[in-house]
Amino acid sequence: MNIFVCVKQVPDTETKIIPNSDGTFIETNAIKWIVNPYDEYAIEQAMLVKAASSGSTVTAVRVGAIKDTEVLRTAMAMGADDSILVETEDNLDSFMTAKALKGAIEKSGKTPDLIFMGKQAIDSDCLQVPSILAQMMNLPSVSNVMGYEANGNTITLKREVEGGTIEIYEVAAPVIAACTKGLNTPRYPSLPGIMKAKRKPLAKHSLADIGVTADDRKVSYSNFELPPEKPPGKKFDAMEDDTQLQVVKEVVGLLRTEAKVI
Amino acid sequence: MANILIFTELSGEHVKSVTLEMLGKLSGHSLDVVTIGKIADESKSELARFGASNIHSLKGDKLENYTPEGYSQAIKNFMDGKSYDYVFAGATSLGKDLLPRLSGMFDAGMAADVVNFTFSGDEFEGTRPMFAGKCLAKVKIQGPKPHFVTIRPNALGLTDSPTAGSGNLSEQEVDAGEIRALVKEIIKGKSGKLDLTEANVIVSGGRAMKNRDNFKILDELADVLGATVGASRAAVDAEYADHSMQVGQTGKTVSPSLYIACGISGAIQHLAGMRTSKTIVAINNDPDAPIFTKADYGIVGDLFKIVPILTQEIKSILG
Repeated sequence: MNIFVCVKQVPDTETKIIPNSDGTFIETNAIKWIVNPYDEYAIEQAMLVKAASSGSTVTAVRVGAIKDTEVLRTAMAMGADDSILVETEDNLDSFMTAKALKGAIEKSGKTPDLIFMGKQAIDSDCLQVPSILAQMMNLPSVSNVMGYEANGNTITLKREVEGGTIEIYEVAAPVIAACTKGLNTPRYPSLPGIMKAKRKPLAKHSLADIGVTADDRKVSYSNFELPPEKPPGKKFDAMEDDTQLQVVKEVVGLLRTEAKVI
Repeated sequence: MANILIFTELSGEHVKSVTLEMLGKLSGHSLDVVTIGKIADESKSELARFGASNIHSLKGDKLENYTPEGYSQAIKNFMDGKSYDYVFAGATSLGKDLLPRLSGMFDAGMAADVVNFTFSGDEFEGTRPMFAGKCLAKVKIQGPKPHFVTIRPNALGLTDSPTAGSGNLSEQEVDAGEIRALVKEIIKGKSGKLDLTEANVIVSGGRAMKNRDNFKILDELADVLGATVGASRAAVDAEYADHSMQVGQTGKTVSPSLYIACGISGAIQHLAGMRTSKTIVAINNDPDAPIFTKADYGIVGDLFKIVPILTQEIKSILG
């Protein structure tokens, strides 16, 4: 099987985000970049499927605004056989990203059987690329996948929706699965894996190579700013047993009369 | 004035509150509503009261439950020959899944998870959180229309004095086309409560809850408030709570009227996911916990003592 896994490089979740001076994006100098957390589940699932069906290959694909291939190397250290980077300086919108991924997958010369990706990137939080890519490639897709099981040609995917409800999908490959937490436990890259990853093939393309142009842009962002800070709140000390009831009464009173939320 | 179609998903036969929020905020535009399935009379009058002109209820084979392919093809078929400038939907699990697929069918742009917006004539400009709410940005859509927008539930709020529309209901049979990814089964969540992303009140627990059992005291508080229970990543990683309960950058971003954080220190990725809550109460025994910087009302104390008192106190007032 030809398995593809799409990955993104995002700021670490502990990063304090600071808009740049003209508000066109954020300050990116001091950021620690990580594999998008949801993509780790996608990479792991690709490895599990590969292990279960001999002769399969896993290709990691990334469309990147930061010239740094660390994330693809991580994917290869986790076991991906090769990878493709579509280099771009720009912050692409979801449509351009999907088009670039499609182009990169097509350029590999392999017809995908399975495409795994994270359900969302935790930077732009759009949740659009998997569905748009599926539409562009005329493939079925299932989002928010937290369960995967293959039985012959039938793949059973669990999609989690509101209130812990789970929809169970049945589909035949090829399919795009957008993965979330709970699907598996991503492995850590092993030291030999990291060493091997350095020698694995990494193909590079420009956006122009795969036919994505500025005209493909559908969404533009501006005015990046920090959310408004609230004025400091009220703080009550209830460490001592004899103060607790009084403090709680006061807070409940404020919730009713000041905040008017209960 | 723009020609706008609002997709509303149904919970049973009822529309979700985010649909009414959108209608209220979009007042002054030409507003049609489309849904798949039968809509209750009560919901129909609500839609009319909030400004819907035409309400289209679609039905057809293979549309009994949601599938991305079936719903998107059905709506695409419904929209053929009509000229909507915008399609809006709530940024629910369904909306977040459906609209990108639909936008892909039209080769058109989409702004996701918008929390506020303005129109200048018929040009939309939205505000949306980025990096899980650590910053905000303006978003504009370009290229051929229709343009697609999803709106975060609870973000716009319900307008007090909506302008009513005629609310003409029409039913229509549509073709869902070929569906490759079929839903075989739906396993209902046990809570039966509103999802975190739609909840008006949330009670959340952190690592200081110590174990899964202790979440019971949060359930009790949640019950008296009609709240949904959430958790921090630390609590989820420690397996005190399920991932569906996680609030924060790698969980759910929420904006309830009231958020009660119990034993949550306030890691930056948690604060990002809940800071837009209208009122925040924090209970923590560490007076320097970062959560207190975001709290409207902070209680420095032992949550295992404070929470049960809080439950009793609220019960006595509301009961």
